[in-house]
Amino acid sequence: MEKAGVQGKTMKEYLAIVDEIAGKYADAPGSVIPVLQQVQARIGYLPIDVIERISHSLGVPPSRVYGVASFYSQFRFNPVGKYIVKICHGTACHVQGAGAITAAICDELGVEDGGTTEDGMFTVDSVSCIGCCSLAPVIMIGDDTFGRLTPAEARKVVREYGK
Amino acid sequence: MATSGVIAEITVGLSSCGIAAGARDVYETFQQKLEGRGIDVELKRTGCVGMCYREPLVDVVVPGLGKTTYGGVTTEYVERIIEEHVVGGKPIEEWLVHLEGRELPDDAYLAPQERIVLRNAGSIDPESIDDYVDTGGYDALATVLKSMSPDEVISVIKDSGLRGRGGAGFPTGVKWGLASQQPGDVKYVIVNADEGDPGAFMDRSILEGDPHSVLEGLVIAAYAIGANEGYFYVRAEYPLAIKRLEIAIADATERGFLGSDILGSGFGFKVKIKEGAGAFVCGEETALIASIEGQRGMPKLRPPYPAAKGLWGKPTNINNVETYANIAWIISNGAEAYASYGTETSKGTKVFALAGKIVRGGLVEVPMGIRLRDIIFEIGGGVPEGRTFKAVQLGGPSGGCIPEEFIDILVDYESVTKTGAIMGSGGMVVMDDSTCMVDIARFFLNFTQDESCGKCTFCRVGTKRMLEILERICAGEGQEGDIELLEELGEKIVSSSLCGLGQSAPNPVLTTIKYFRDEYEAHIQEKRCPALACKALLTYEVVAENCIGCTLCTKACPVGAVSGEKKEVHTIDNDLCTGCDACRQVCRFDAITVR
Ligand SMILES: Cc1cc2nc3c(=O)[nH]c(=O)nc-3n(C[C@H](O)[C@H](O)[C@H](O)COP(=O)(O)O)c2cc1C
Ligand code: FES
Repeated sequence: MEKAGVQGKTMKEYLAIVDEIAGKYADAPGSVIPVLQQVQARIGYLPIDVIERISHSLGVPPSRVYGVASFYSQFRFNPVGKYIVKICHGTACHVQGAGAITAAICDELGVEDGGTTEDGMFTVDSVSCIGCCSLAPVIMIGDDTFGRLTPAEARKVVREYGK
Repeated sequence: MATSGVIAEITVGLSSCGIAAGARDVYETFQQKLEGRGIDVELKRTGCVGMCYREPLVDVVVPGLGKTTYGGVTTEYVERIIEEHVVGGKPIEEWLVHLEGRELPDDAYLAPQERIVLRNAGSIDPESIDDYVDTGGYDALATVLKSMSPDEVISVIKDSGLRGRGGAGFPTGVKWGLASQQPGDVKYVIVNADEGDPGAFMDRSILEGDPHSVLEGLVIAAYAIGANEGYFYVRAEYPLAIKRLEIAIADATERGFLGSDILGSGFGFKVKIKEGAGAFVCGEETALIASIEGQRGMPKLRPPYPAAKGLWGKPTNINNVETYANIAWIISNGAEAYASYGTETSKGTKVFALAGKIVRGGLVEVPMGIRLRDIIFEIGGGVPEGRTFKAVQLGGPSGGCIPEEFIDILVDYESVTKTGAIMGSGGMVVMDDSTCMVDIARFFLNFTQDESCGKCTFCRVGTKRMLEILERICAGEGQEGDIELLEELGEKIVSSSLCGLGQSAPNPVLTTIKYFRDEYEAHIQEKRCPALACKALLTYEVVAENCIGCTLCTKACPVGAVSGEKKEVHTIDNDLCTGCDACRQVCRFDAITVR
């Protein structure tokens, strides 16, 4: 599960998080992805020092850890906002006007698609299908899903989170 | 199950779709209002019955009245449901979706369905193993372990005619047979719950609504092929499905349906959940296996198939969620019962996810061989009023658009394939006259181009070139010869890609060219989008005789493209206009047209 980043931690604390998580997986084969996932869930993104520490802890070359991380769209290398606003652009949402939802949310927050607001509150992210297609168009913030949105309602939803 | 003294049962549908529509608030409001009310009501939770268009759904059972279902329930309904229905014994007419013994419009949605995979969805609590066991759950596993040999299990599955529901439709019993014949003690079974096809949500719903049915099918498969370890590979976008699976695995382990000596049979099996990390190609079986191994999810050339050399190089059986969800039913009811549904080559039932421009969108399970028209019009209610049906997209990025002229085909693997689409995993996205088919082709190519793992040149570069051509057509910069170029590129990508992603990526383009060539030509030759969807091609104009000069539209325009003084006819500068449609939407006098 992807949770937004814990703000205001130092790199030292980040590395301690890596040690704690990687320690549990030291000998398990195929552990690179779960470790990356859990570290990102705690830190919010994967800074280069963190990738190196994971590589060191698991005894896997950094190039491989980075290669795996960069292959999967879930992993991020830049800090994200407190809330990640995932806007579905799956087929059903596309047909039902996801483009207008993205335009409204980006306008409301004053960011480009993929960007993070200056106050570090929101990151806007286009995703493909959240699995609630019959309620299209759909967005997801944290673990909360909102469906059957109009552009005006989408603005209202993010405004509520901003409070 | 009503315990003694309980006078009523209230069940709230708490799946992702219900929750997105507000079901959690409804559940909590029931909790609050029932507390201290002094009536004996059991408040329960269930998964998705499939009527997503009516969520949130609430079932009420009181003695003397059959099961009553309410739809579109908000927190404001709660008080009245408790007072009038539970206490007063009178169902509230205006919110009824279903009432036993009464004919209601929504019956058209459920009545034609045959529910095998969805047998428990929307009726049991997915977080209660007791609920599952009470419906006969894990009986099939007990039968298999006590009285059937692995070969007998495989032959029942073969006889049932069940074909894989993940897309390719490979006979499941045959697949199990191949894995079981492989030498070696270490084998694996995997559930493919990556469900990457955008617009499809069958697997999410099954896992959220009835996780034990998939788990039971998996343990039976493990026994049949001789595997002692298994994996669920679930998309990370499905947090609730993962949570309910975790609960199911823990409960099943505690009850002895999983573990080292299952039901005293000596057969042992354990299972882990792996979360996907956001790569569509990882739904492909060899890429999925690479991903579990902690590598980049790149497909490998087959053979060797996973049955011979899969996870960690060992024989591996991999099936889709829905495939596994059929297994226990087949064991309990027999291969013949299953094969009595469907057509000659496509047996049983299939779950479809209905979405897009449709009145009743949701999940339906129907016998194979039903007419496509019946699914979309009888069950789904057709397209919303005032619009006309144009096409239905089947099979997602690997599939194609089936136009109106084929709406009467029978839905089975072979008939769907003949149209150029594929059965796929069961996503059906309905499109009407406001959907532009060139834009849809562009949409899918954008998706596959983005998700191509990059291994094969034609898939990596060819899809990009196709996308560029489609983008320029939608932008009004299409050129003579573009259609032919798309066809040529498409054929090359199909023939020179290693995995199903590339081999099928051009399908959405090729099928739309085949059936909607005139739309492509209108874009290229006349610079016109007949569906009025491609913004770059739209021209907005003021209808002088209707315009009273109210200035509403000049204020609504975000880019200052509409101008005019009060009480004078306004004008639109189409060089500035972005086609956002805001002016047309605010106009109360039909004074703005678009073409
Ligand atoms: C690009 C691509 C994506 C796929 N995605 C899925 C998927 O999301 N779920 C699935 O069950 N099968 C998917 N498949 C099919 C699997 O490779 C495999 O055939 C299937 O899991 C086998 O299970 P079945 O026999 O029960 O259908 C995909 C195939 C390709 C080529
Ligand atoms: S297409 Fe948006 S939730 Fe599936």
